[in-house]
Amino acid sequence: MQTIELNNLLPHVFRERKGTLRSDVWQRRLTLERGQKYLIEAMSGTGKSSLCAYLIGYRTDYEGTICFDGTPTTQFSSVQWTNLRRVVLSHLFQELRLFPELTALENVEIKNRLTHHKPLSWITQTFERLGIGEKLHAKVGRMSFGQQQRVAFVRALAQPADFLLLDEPVSHLDEGNAHIMADILQEEMRATQPAVVVTSIGKHLPIAYDHTLYL
Amino acid sequence: MKLLWKLLRQHVSVPQLVGFFLANLVGMWIVMLGVQFYADLAPMFTRADGFFCANYLVVSKRITTVGALSTGGQDFTPADVADLSSQPFANGVGEFVASQYKVTATMGVKGSPGFATELFFEAVPDSFVDVAPHDWHYEAGSRQVPVILPRTYLALYNFGFAASRGLPKVSEAMASQIEMRILIHATGHSENYNGRVIGFSNRINTILVPKAFIDWSNETYEPGKADNPTRLIVRTDNPTDERIMNYMDTHGYEVEDNRLDAGKATYFLRIVVTLVTGVGFLVCLLSFYILMLSVYLLVQKNTRKLQNLLLIGYSTARVSLPYQLLTLCVNLGVFILAALLLWPLRAWYMKMISLVFPQVTGGHVGPALFVGLTILFVVTLLNTIAIRHKVEGLKRA
Repeated sequence: MQTIELNNLLPHVFRERKGTLRSDVWQRRLTLERGQKYLIEAMSGTGKSSLCAYLIGYRTDYEGTICFDGTPTTQFSSVQWTNLRRVVLSHLFQELRLFPELTALENVEIKNRLTHHKPLSWITQTFERLGIGEKLHAKVGRMSFGQQQRVAFVRALAQPADFLLLDEPVSHLDEGNAHIMADILQEEMRATQPAVVVTSIGKHLPIAYDHTLYL
Repeated sequence: MKLLWKLLRQHVSVPQLVGFFLANLVGMWIVMLGVQFYADLAPMFTRADGFFCANYLVVSKRITTVGALSTGGQDFTPADVADLSSQPFANGVGEFVASQYKVTATMGVKGSPGFATELFFEAVPDSFVDVAPHDWHYEAGSRQVPVILPRTYLALYNFGFAASRGLPKVSEAMASQIEMRILIHATGHSENYNGRVIGFSNRINTILVPKAFIDWSNETYEPGKADNPTRLIVRTDNPTDERIMNYMDTHGYEVEDNRLDAGKATYFLRIVVTLVTGVGFLVCLLSFYILMLSVYLLVQKNTRKLQNLLLIGYSTARVSLPYQLLTLCVNLGVFILAALLLWPLRAWYMKMISLVFPQVTGGHVGPALFVGLTILFVVTLLNTIAIRHKVEGLKRA
């Protein structure tokens, strides 16, 4: 997939603010292109996570249209959505959506097994680089949110993707870990050239963004 | 799949599954038992006679006092026969053709003096007689005539005649050793024939010879003499068909032998079995309801996990599969156990029944297994669809 077009998109909850809303995303015509890096800056409550949920096909409470390569997403079947989530769209959820009863490695594996995208060695190395190497076999439920955020990041990379949506990926990370995460992400980008859409409420994932949008 | 199961088995309620298992087991067991009981007992009432096609009836007109005094009215006119043939239950109608001459027969075993009696012969079309063609064949002019005797004759001979004369008793297996001499008296002459007893029947009360013999001998000894038949043989798919009883009653016909009594007995058996299996089905239905509630509860409790799996790219089918397999395993377990439990009970009731009816051998287990498998299939299919539907609903917020 090469482009995601947003046409006059507006969450239903913002309807009453239709005239006064100032945003680079809502009620605009915006095209996200593969290979580009986007930072979406926002204050809380301006609809970051809603935007991600719309793009991943989880929620449809909006006006306007979203098109993937020109095709409105409303036309996609359940099976097509499954396929998109498997090999086209990767999403690091703000609320992570990990499985607390599985270990960190199992959480990555349960995703990686769908496509066998990454070898086990890559997963363990990435865990090491992110400083959670010893947590590989720990239950995610017993890990701190910062640690869980790194597990979710690894999981998000364990699939082929044309678009990577990272919803506040470094909100609970220190500078050092944020830089390591940025390095890993840039390595991935060099290899597969996906579009990266990162949201932030203040702390940015430190990469060279092509576009910065205010929500 | 292993990881998926590790995740989704959370909140699986063992007590609920055990509850469903037991309830469905009882339901399926009752249904299978009912069907098996019917399959075992029905042949007792609908057993075929060895010498005749499986389902037939012998029909005659009711003999009334008035009818007995007059000579006519007991025979079937061609119109009667045509009307009966056109009935939906009648697959074929044959006429009994009687001998038009006098017959005297002497019967004995292995040279011992037998008893002599006046007889008559009758024949039905060969297609109604289920005997190998070479046994039931008559060549015009031959002195050998195959004969089927009523079983009552055997009893008469063994317990009346042979017992009082100190003669050996004859078993059915010894039928071929019976020496039967037949003397035909016709206008002007009489001739001897040898009868060859093929066997005994308790279904037709007449002395049956091949149609070819009757036709030939009537033509030879009493040419030109012919009556309307007084008895008809009717082939039918289902002798317990209610339409038969109605038709016979309205036309004043009588059906020989105990076929219709058997029909009534089968009818009651059927009512009882229907009631029992009905209760079984109801239990199955309720247990299915328990399972559905249990699975719905499980899906509800694991909503978050299922949603997360769907959001990271798992398909509805794949996420539903563990629960579908779980219900399949439980249902299969129920079926196998129900089938196994059927065995000892069946052995027990067959033993009880064989004390009263030694000839009962039991029916096939096929129908009961088929019904059990059908329940298994239907319940699992409905479970599968319901689970899939429920999971699909989680795909959107």
